[in-house]
Amino acid sequence: MTQIERHSYDVVVMGAGGAGLRAAIEARLMGKRVAIITKSLLGKAHTVMAEGGAAAAMGNVNSKDNWQVHFRDTMRGGKFLNHYRMAELHAKEAPDRVWELESYGALFDRTPDGKISQRNFGGHEYPRLAHVGDRTGLELIRTLQQKIVSLQQDDEREFGDGEKFIKVFAECAVTEIFTQDGAITGCMGYWRETGEFIAFDTAAVVLATGGIGKAYRVTSNSWEYTGDGHALAMRAGGTLVNMEFLQFHPTGMVWPPSVKGILVTESVRGDGGVLRNSEGKRFMFEYVPDVFRKQYASTEAEGDRWYSDPENNLRPPELLPRDEVARAINTEVKAGRGTPHGGVYLDVSTRLSPEQITKRLPSMYHQFKELADVDITKEPMEVGPTCHYVMGGVEVEPDTCASPYVKGLFAAGEVGGGMHGSNRLGGNSLSDLLVFGRRAGLGAAEYVDSLGGKDVTIADADLELAVNDALAPLSRAGGENPYTIHSELQTVMGDLVGIIRKASEIEEALVTIDKLKQRAKNLTVEGDRVFNPGWHLALDLKNLLLISEAVARAALMREESRGGHTRDDFPGMDPEWRQVNLICRADGDHVEVRKQPLPTIPTELLSLFDIGELKKYMTEAELTALPEESN
Amino acid sequence: MGYKAKFKVYRGDGEKGDLKNYEVDVNEGEVVLDIIHRLQATQTPDLAVRWNCKAGKCGSCSAEINGKPRLMCMTRMSTFSADETITVTPMRAFPVIRDLVTDVSFNYKKAREIPAFSPPKDLKPGDYRMQQIDVERSQEFRKCIECFLCQDTCHVIRDHEENKEAFAGPRFFIRAAELDMHPLDDRDDRKSFAQEEQGIGMCNITKCCTDVCPEHIHITDNAIIPMKERVIDTKYDPLVFLGKTITRRPKETGKL
Repeated sequence: MTQIERHSYDVVVMGAGGAGLRAAIEARLMGKRVAIITKSLLGKAHTVMAEGGAAAAMGNVNSKDNWQVHFRDTMRGGKFLNHYRMAELHAKEAPDRVWELESYGALFDRTPDGKISQRNFGGHEYPRLAHVGDRTGLELIRTLQQKIVSLQQDDEREFGDGEKFIKVFAECAVTEIFTQDGAITGCMGYWRETGEFIAFDTAAVVLATGGIGKAYRVTSNSWEYTGDGHALAMRAGGTLVNMEFLQFHPTGMVWPPSVKGILVTESVRGDGGVLRNSEGKRFMFEYVPDVFRKQYASTEAEGDRWYSDPENNLRPPELLPRDEVARAINTEVKAGRGTPHGGVYLDVSTRLSPEQITKRLPSMYHQFKELADVDITKEPMEVGPTCHYVMGGVEVEPDTCASPYVKGLFAAGEVGGGMHGSNRLGGNSLSDLLVFGRRAGLGAAEYVDSLGGKDVTIADADLELAVNDALAPLSRAGGENPYTIHSELQTVMGDLVGIIRKASEIEEALVTIDKLKQRAKNLTVEGDRVFNPGWHLALDLKNLLLISEAVARAALMREESRGGHTRDDFPGMDPEWRQVNLICRADGDHVEVRKQPLPTIPTELLSLFDIGELKKYMTEAELTALPEESN
Repeated sequence: MGYKAKFKVYRGDGEKGDLKNYEVDVNEGEVVLDIIHRLQATQTPDLAVRWNCKAGKCGSCSAEINGKPRLMCMTRMSTFSADETITVTPMRAFPVIRDLVTDVSFNYKKAREIPAFSPPKDLKPGDYRMQQIDVERSQEFRKCIECFLCQDTCHVIRDHEENKEAFAGPRFFIRAAELDMHPLDDRDDRKSFAQEEQGIGMCNITKCCTDVCPEHIHITDNAIIPMKERVIDTKYDPLVFLGKTITRRPKETGKL
């Protein structure tokens, strides 16, 4: 077979967003040789799009905040479907991970006493998000990127080779992960620039590939979000959990059409923005669900007072968790109370002065001014739900981020599953990728140590098969156009497995996905291998189709509504279903879903909630089994 | 209000290539990147272009539109008249890989040459205290999305390939300034580094970089000029010169 570029590393990290870079840093600090593979240039990962901040209970703005309160908020946000251990580790470790960034050079906004400032966000009881204006993700990615550079400079000084321990393979995409006897042996991909193949012999792969948003047309996600890590994990024998839960962010731009779906940060609401329908009504007061009634204001006057006196007033319902707000907007628009372009109004100009807006929300000001010709200091924005985040991901052990089924496979960040349950709180993703990025890097390094220096090599036959697979669309004539299939997939997912779902529609979607999968076996790509986007899409499509099927199958099985999964035919939340995780596994190019009991939350964590609240989520049997003290 | 726009797009690699003519549909509210994507989806599936966020936040889709360095995702079609031919070419200061994609590795190389943030030795993480007013100067430079349009437009390298070795470019002058103005950075040689290693002296302050910055960073006024002034302050201050000569302190440079 053709000679291909070959490398050997202790750890290969797929993805150079926050989770991938943090994992690479940790593995390097553990003395491991690390390859970072990224589809884009370094520093362009989707993490830059995160605007609001990183949630960490540092207690800088309200000293009552602590990890227990953060844990509680996270579990509530996820409607108690979160893996408790991940939510616990996340809440405990997030402050250290944020402080650590300062020692890498990050410059967060400050409190008057010089500490890191923290802002309010949906679902968080206290101001908790460390931020830099509304460009926190950029600060995070740049800081981690610069830390990688600084480690490379150290290696240059010490060993005369800056890439001895960490090398970045930019604009390089992985198409296959290889295993032997249930353990990782390496991965293969191609250079986007030349189309030449490249293979890595490695015992440990950290998936940090982000999400799956490109299965939908209206999405805040970039072209990279094609579910690569999700699909590769399944194909390697791993499992996915919670795939039915997708977060539709309530506020995406709805106009002009070309930017439909682009994110409007939740900070707009955190800083005082209100939502109104076309009749001028602040409709969110109508949509406070029972489980949150005690935590949110019931009148506009009280909600307004909260901005200046949070101690003595309840917060406005605009700051409910994202799934609640997205559904409410969806309902308003469907009821004919939407804006001319099919959204609702989000107005921050009535509460903040133009100076405050341009200072606190500079990139939103810029984005609306340049792209929509709207001056948000004077007029409201038009917004509507956009596919933003997948709660589902690779099933992992919380402490090490290791797949329980594939030795040497790790996942962190959005591609990991379990942490956010059925719905993620804003601000919990930047902290998630720091906490679990570090843990995945550590887990991978320890796994490599446990092998005691044993060499791993990809089997030649595996490699040859993968190369032939990848080349097929280039040599085939008269087949399907990948752009057409992608577009049809997006239509199906948006129309039939979108924000509101029902059995008949999901079944219809599964039939269409199956047809698209058949057609995708016969793709044809024009041109050659040099920077050919048509070919790249053809390779990504395989992943998109597999994970779309996983989403649809899990969505069909879960017969209740919870967080990022709303069933028109099962509108209520069902305590029986709270005890169930849905696990997706690939059988050939088919997805199988099975039920698995949720891990039991230990008493000391349950005792952080009062019994009245637990009653809203748990079955009678669970409640009677609770020990006395938590009753 | 849909119409067919006339486009000229560079097709080819670093060795050969030319401008190809296309007619493409344009709808209300679209930006140049939408038109390039429509070309890809309907006429030229192998047209190479970099992009990610489509919202001016990642700095990937840099190109030259009618000769002006711009982000394609932030250039609205409504800024052109319907009968105008719009020319899209790759950034000129960097080698073309294919079509609109250039080899920007020069910038990553320069980034690796700047000594990293040096944390204060006496402070543990969590103990950093800084005032908002003191971090704001550096924060302005950290808004940089690394689109490299400032590098592209800077005539010190745009027309003089031979200067690339000695000249880091505006993007990395603001990185030096950012570290220089960081309230807790432990190094005090950021200015001399900018002069002796980055070639800031070659900049003659034409402000072209500031003009093209999509983040509206005041590259020249807030970073380059202060860095030049301070370099001059210490380098040519007679007392400092005398002090340095008498005590024979070894020359400090930013060398790693």
